[in-house]
Amino acid sequence: MNVAVVQFPGSNCDQDAVYAVRRLGHAARLVWHKERALGEADCVIIPGGFSYGDYLRCGAIARFSPVMQAVREFADHGGLVLGICNGFQVLTEAGLLPGALVRNRDLQFHCEHVFLKTATRRSPFTQRVPPDTLLRIPIAHGEGCYFADEETLAALRANDQILWQYCDASGALTDAANPNGSLLNIAGICNARRNVAGLMPHPERACEPALGSEDGRWIFESIAAAVATSQVSRAA
Amino acid sequence: MKARIIITPKKAVLDPQGKTVQNALAHLGYTGVTDVHVGKYIEIELAPETNRAEAERALHDAARRFLSNPIIEDYHLEIAE
Repeated sequence: MNVAVVQFPGSNCDQDAVYAVRRLGHAARLVWHKERALGEADCVIIPGGFSYGDYLRCGAIARFSPVMQAVREFADHGGLVLGICNGFQVLTEAGLLPGALVRNRDLQFHCEHVFLKTATRRSPFTQRVPPDTLLRIPIAHGEGCYFADEETLAALRANDQILWQYCDASGALTDAANPNGSLLNIAGICNARRNVAGLMPHPERACEPALGSEDGRWIFESIAAAVATSQVSRAA
Repeated sequence: MKARIIITPKKAVLDPQGKTVQNALAHLGYTGVTDVHVGKYIEIELAPETNRAEAERALHDAARRFLSNPIIEDYHLEIAE
């Protein structure tokens, strides 16, 4: 798998994403925000950080950068796009994912490990997550409270677009396990076409034992499996 | 010519900043406050020869597309000489 990791001024998880992808045995490279083309890529990652200082709103300025036009075209052609943390915010601002992310309900920046329930394995981003297995992955954000109107939430549910939800250690979707006040405990979603996903937790920070969890690798391995399948079908 | 854009969180969106400010006002003894919303204020200076109607149209476009996020925010635009 060949992954392009977009780098905005203020991105700070770009190198982590490249490191994690390479550690799992795949190719990864950075693409600067002024680039108008992504080059050869099977998947694009919009990493975490504070793109353009998070001025105005998180992701509001990044969405208009030249590279985002290329990301939009890549997604329109069915390419896999994963937004992590600030990348999730950028994708919602760009309209590539529904809803918005607002200030955490307790106004605090949360930097901690959380448990995630994979709500559906029917997506390129979750298909390899072992059934009935919770993911323990860190979050680090101040504006991760997922909001969407009733109609949008109903559509997310009806189309099985909710990929990950915050839960407690037993897998229960409780309010106490919800770190930021997200509606329906939503930690990550995908678009209706299922090729663009975003999540607030950081799977790239949970890909080796030294970091306390390797659960993030299931997400990257899901993407790699989806890429491998599409390559086989293209070659056939 | 100057444009002023006031951006406020939509009623359905959680506004923890507004709630915190409201609580602080109560603690400070300011009574009778029933609700507080914290938003943004953007001031835009326009060249004196700007056509007012055109500027208004362009700024509404900018407010909807960029300065506010219509999913979570409302905005109010006014242009002053």
